[in-house]
Amino acid sequence: MAEAATRKPRGKGPKEPAMSRDELLRAYRDMLLIRRFEEKAGQLYGMGLIGGFCHLYIGQEAVVVGLTMCTKPGDQVITSYRDHGHMLATGMEARGVMAELTGRIGGYSKGKGGSMHMFSREKGFYGGHGIVGAQVPLGAGLAFANWYRGNDNVAMTYFGEGASNQGQVYESLNLAALFKLPVIFVIENNKYGMGTSVERASASKDLSKNGAPWGIPGEQVNGMDVIAVKEAGERAVAHCRAGNGPYLLEMKTYRYRGHSMSDPAKYRTREEVQKMREQSDCIDTARKLLLESYGVTEAELKVIDDEVKAIVQDSADFAQTSPEPDESELYTDILIEAR
Amino acid sequence: MTQILMPALSPTMTEGKLARWLKKQGDTIKAGDVIAEIETDKATMEVEAVDEGTLTSILVPEGTEAVAVNTPIAELNGGAGAAPAPAAREPAAPLPKAEDHGAVAATGAAKKEGAASIPAQPAAAAPEKDWGPTKPITVREALRDAMAAEMRADPDVFLMGEEVAQYQGAYKISQGLLEEFGPKRVIDMPITEHGFTGMAVGAAFTGLKPIVEFMTFNFSMQAIDHIINSAAKTLYMSGGQLGCPITFRGPNGAAARVAAQHSQEYASWYAHIPGLKVIAPWSAADAKGLLRAAIRDPNPVIFLENEILYGQTFDCPTAEDFVLPIGQAKVEREGSDVTLVSFSITVGLCMQAAEALAAQGISAEVINLRTIRPLDIATIARSVRKTNRIVTVEEGWPFAGIGSEIAMQVLEHCFDDLDAPPVRVCGEDVPMPYAANLEKLALPRLEQVVEAVRKVTYK
Repeated sequence: MAEAATRKPRGKGPKEPAMSRDELLRAYRDMLLIRRFEEKAGQLYGMGLIGGFCHLYIGQEAVVVGLTMCTKPGDQVITSYRDHGHMLATGMEARGVMAELTGRIGGYSKGKGGSMHMFSREKGFYGGHGIVGAQVPLGAGLAFANWYRGNDNVAMTYFGEGASNQGQVYESLNLAALFKLPVIFVIENNKYGMGTSVERASASKDLSKNGAPWGIPGEQVNGMDVIAVKEAGERAVAHCRAGNGPYLLEMKTYRYRGHSMSDPAKYRTREEVQKMREQSDCIDTARKLLLESYGVTEAELKVIDDEVKAIVQDSADFAQTSPEPDESELYTDILIEAR
Repeated sequence: MTQILMPALSPTMTEGKLARWLKKQGDTIKAGDVIAEIETDKATMEVEAVDEGTLTSILVPEGTEAVAVNTPIAELNGGAGAAPAPAAREPAAPLPKAEDHGAVAATGAAKKEGAASIPAQPAAAAPEKDWGPTKPITVREALRDAMAAEMRADPDVFLMGEEVAQYQGAYKISQGLLEEFGPKRVIDMPITEHGFTGMAVGAAFTGLKPIVEFMTFNFSMQAIDHIINSAAKTLYMSGGQLGCPITFRGPNGAAARVAAQHSQEYASWYAHIPGLKVIAPWSAADAKGLLRAAIRDPNPVIFLENEILYGQTFDCPTAEDFVLPIGQAKVEREGSDVTLVSFSITVGLCMQAAEALAAQGISAEVINLRTIRPLDIATIARSVRKTNRIVTVEEGWPFAGIGSEIAMQVLEHCFDDLDAPPVRVCGEDVPMPYAANLEKLALPRLEQVVEAVRKVTYK
């Protein structure tokens, strides 16, 4: 993974870079938005404004940003409880996400879902699921709906390497292969399922081969490199849209923060985290590439940095001024009233 | 100037020890730098800076114990463009107290469940709509006809489950559906309940209307996480955005001689869950009218059938548009001395008991619940205000069973109308035995119902 920092832009042909200048600028901006948003969320948590569980995505931004660049309207996204980055990547408003974290009426779930439970049908984001691995058959079901309706949309189904040991994940791989469902299984391998390293949890040494018994093609991808992520994503999406069934991507990534806010992170060394941050950070890598190989200036990046900072600050302000849900909301949204 | 506050590092932390400063006064700090270590009773944690700037002063020296959350611990001279921490402008909102939640819950419960919603005086029930001519059909035919009618009417409705297509249904409920609707709408599943139930719920999130057949509800335990955590709770967790129009159906309760793992009553399990509707039909008309309603309902519905009833024949309306409302019980037999409340196969037992009691001069009213959740307590209360006595009958276990819930609601709504404590007739509190004689003993029997009625009528 460390090679990412010095890698030159590359593509399928010798001349054409894998990402255009505009695309890489866009990726940089989206990754930075997630990073700054999550830092702010961590801060609001520290102030007691966000309660319960809060799983930050810091370090893993390239995965969801690179893959979302491969999607089109109508495609679906579903993930676990480490979901803030996925929501921002699909274009959900920072305000609505942050206000949900603070449990306010302006949140995507009117404050009734919290960090792990947000949805946007409009943006194709189907959660936000708190039960480890549960989103995988649900994601296969989103793909099933595409299959049933006969469209060429795909369902991006994210889960961690910890969840990859769940029985329902293997049931989903089988079902997806059996019905040739257009689902991309994305294993975000950040090396630790809470405090248990992948080596201590999974006898499978190469998770990209976990779909092999069902004939599902898989790839290992440097998930700290947004260009590599997008390239692999394009291959996966093309495979699915063509009706060839599911595809599996193992994204080798890393989270800098604890599993959740209350994780002392004693299962890994500070040096390990520091090394990843210094040598493989997806945002630093993209920034360096933009400056050195794409002719982008510091001033241009500053504009992006300021825009992102303003969005995040605005979301934090909104999340503190939006009122708590009215007490009458306690008994709403339990059942849809019959027509 | 930005103040750095003592952070809360877990949902329950109120104070901690500032163990160590990793930066000193005058240091330049970038966002993400570890600036201090904090010890709580659980762990030692690092504090990262969220803003950039120069550390101008340390307000709490290292080694200080019991520093309350949100106490300013240092000050940062923000760099150009550095956003001040919101804490500096606005104090953190106090966390709601547990008592507040309690008060809200109590108010809400009173609002939703209060006796006020039920007429104080006995009032006539709305008469069951007359659907015109009927013909005798089996419960099995009724279920198939209901699915076929809804699948003809709505292309988003499909049936999936084990052996539903080519085998024509393990209990032949889906006979003929594959021929009429084809393999895309009548879909055989591998034996993988956890996976295919989750898949069906995911499809329902997009607006499709799956009917999931469990070969028996015993196997739904493999999938219960998706039924409860994914199907039932998502509407609430999404603030009303994401509904789940899905029907889970299949035989429930004891069949015959299949022993403990294949003979379980799930009404109480699923009826416990807000976000689910639970239906348990008895007659062919119940089966047809309520399954059609379940498939049309925009919410997740648990539809509990009974294998022994599948072959029984009842008169069922032939009208094309026949459908029954969810949440309305039916008075199957009117009476004045005692109310028998039941659902599914034991409604038949109650009808037999009423017949036997009539011969002894006791007039029993029989209520067929049809829907377990939402419970039609109004119909039950109306009857109890007339008879002043109630006996509940179910195959399920007594502990936290449907009878327990009905008895409690009757106490809440018409305590003063009761002339005797409610009595429950339930399945025995044991795993289902295999031996024929023991199995018979484990299930509610006619003489138990008659005896219970004699007890509440003091005869």
